[in-house]
Amino acid sequence: MDISFTDEEAAALAIIAEMIIPASDDYDLPGANDDRIFADILNTGARQYEPVAAALAALDAVCNDLGDQPFADLSVAARADAVTAFRHRHVEAAGVLATITTQCYYRDDRVMRALDMETRPPFPLGFDVDEGDWSLLEPVRASGPIYRETS
Amino acid sequence: MTVTVAGRGMTEQAIDVLIIGAGASGAAVAWSLAETKMKIVCLEQGGFMNPGEYPATGRDWEARASSDFSISPNTRQLAADYPIAEDGSAIKVANFNAVGGGTVLYAGHFPRFHPSDFRVKSLDGVADDWPLDYNDLAPHYAENDRMMGVAGLAGDPAYPSDNAERMPPLPLGKSGEVLARGFNKLGWHWWPSDTAIATQPHDGRDKCINLGACITGCAQGAKASTDITYWPHAQRAGVELRTHCRVREITVDESGLATGAIYYDGDGVEREVEAHVVIMACNGVGTPRILLNSKSAAHPDGLANSSGLVGRNLMFHPYASIQGIFEEELDGHRGPHKIFRSQQFYETDPADKTRDFVRGYTFEIQRGQGPVSTALTGLARGKIPWGAGHHAAFRKLHNRIAGMVAICEDLPEAHNRVTLDPDLKDGDGIPAPRISYTLSENSRRMMDHAVAKASEVLRAAGAIDIMTQAPITYGGWHLMGTARMGTDPGTSVVNEWGRSHDVKNLFVVDGSIFVTSAGVNPTRTIQALALYIADRMKQRLANLFD
Repeated sequence: MDISFTDEEAAALAIIAEMIIPASDDYDLPGANDDRIFADILNTGARQYEPVAAALAALDAVCNDLGDQPFADLSVAARADAVTAFRHRHVEAAGVLATITTQCYYRDDRVMRALDMETRPPFPLGFDVDEGDWSLLEPVRASGPIYRETS
Repeated sequence: MTVTVAGRGMTEQAIDVLIIGAGASGAAVAWSLAETKMKIVCLEQGGFMNPGEYPATGRDWEARASSDFSISPNTRQLAADYPIAEDGSAIKVANFNAVGGGTVLYAGHFPRFHPSDFRVKSLDGVADDWPLDYNDLAPHYAENDRMMGVAGLAGDPAYPSDNAERMPPLPLGKSGEVLARGFNKLGWHWWPSDTAIATQPHDGRDKCINLGACITGCAQGAKASTDITYWPHAQRAGVELRTHCRVREITVDESGLATGAIYYDGDGVEREVEAHVVIMACNGVGTPRILLNSKSAAHPDGLANSSGLVGRNLMFHPYASIQGIFEEELDGHRGPHKIFRSQQFYETDPADKTRDFVRGYTFEIQRGQGPVSTALTGLARGKIPWGAGHHAAFRKLHNRIAGMVAICEDLPEAHNRVTLDPDLKDGDGIPAPRISYTLSENSRRMMDHAVAKASEVLRAAGAIDIMTQAPITYGGWHLMGTARMGTDPGTSVVNEWGRSHDVKNLFVVDGSIFVTSAGVNPTRTIQALALYIADRMKQRLANLFD
């Protein structure tokens, strides 16, 4: 069952998504906290609420240890310290947040176009792949059998 | 004879053959036995898949590999899945529960065993020889190849010649060319993989169009999963396939012979079906789970378990992943995952002083990854940072990763086993399997060797950086050895043609019966064995239980 994130959870998720993948002027790319991408993150996260919420709770626990303030209320510098500690102490939880951020970011049309990728699923068009140079097999053919006889 | 169907007050005629499991082996044995015109019913805990809903049809195709199309049943947690207690295992189970079983998610890498794989005791003094050999299976490999459809190239120096009908091989692509040149520089063996992927129309299936999403189901239908290969033929021939039916236990009579099974249907209603012959085809975890859960006065330690070996000698194939990062752009995720294989280090070679292990491994050479997998790999391996450097670092990996996995022969060890968990149960209240498995020193040495050799060939191919993982923890794709075959009832569970030593109307046809694992993917051999056993059954129909 899908469960909605609380406002506090959503705020923290947006901040950490942007810390994982920020916007880039160099590549003309949005950050993962871009409205459209973040809506996808919230939607997708709702379908796997428990691990995402648990990861955010672990992040908050780290913040409490460091300064007794929620993650979203920290200064930029303090957030960076908190995230460093969080990634060190909670490798798996950090992986959960990185995974959902990445999964949603790298299917956004703007991101795909920036990577020269088509904005479509693999099916039904598929992709072209070069046949390749099968003459490369000649030295292998010439090498002779390498399997063991058993009788 | 009639039997009450529990919970509904209905009756049905006793059937001739009950097959449990509709995956790789269950489909093959069902199709083969159909020509006998016996009444055959197959119970499958999952349903038929709809290729129109496979991940490759949507923009979230990569993300679904870690949710409803995850290889881990503990992650998927679908209604068809049963949980697995695997905290005590160095490698986690991968499976899929549906018509087609694991073939729905496999990559389609489809090698045969070698002649030497059936003679490991004689040749190398380890484990045991099989009670049959390569030549016994050869005609059944060929029969299976016709049913599944195999692409590849004849003449591999790592195998004896065969008469397999092959479609043209999958394309080498840019990735394959670059890596093949590396192997050639070192003078190492490589050969286009035999794959269960149609490269031209085959038996009503269309050809591969390089979706690059083989391991989350082939929306094109080019990959040979048994729901679209064997099953349509078996059903047309009269085999009844009942989906969403999960077997709890095999029933027995006072003499200890199997009489059928108790199962739960899709509504959770307990039912019983009576059969003259029972065939287990539930893989190397599912089969021992049901056998161990089938205790009776005649079989107090579980069915067919007088040897105490049901569930023991679990083999997985430890995998190592070695991926190169290249400066030039390669294929990325476009195209089937597997390109070619190398068996340079497959056969035991006492003259090679770099090897401090027995037996060997295969390199499965792979194309690259989609953008999500690329990013996650980069993040996990420290190649892509969080924050400002993300985009530049990602571009150094995007479409620039290619490499291989090493599939290492896993030797049988009695302490590696499947038991029943005392607490964990599935949705029908059936005890879940518990896995206890440790990596052997031989496996560790083999993986170390594979990582070193793969790194060497990737450098030769031009890789500028290398990422490794050994073992692949969530890589227990191959489930073998837990009801091993043999001629001695004291040291094996089934005989040389798959019949239980203890229960003469009970057969096992899945990977459970493997004596050893070889160093190659097992599906082609599992299916050849299932067809071999079906043939032996057909030859003995008049005296099957003697």
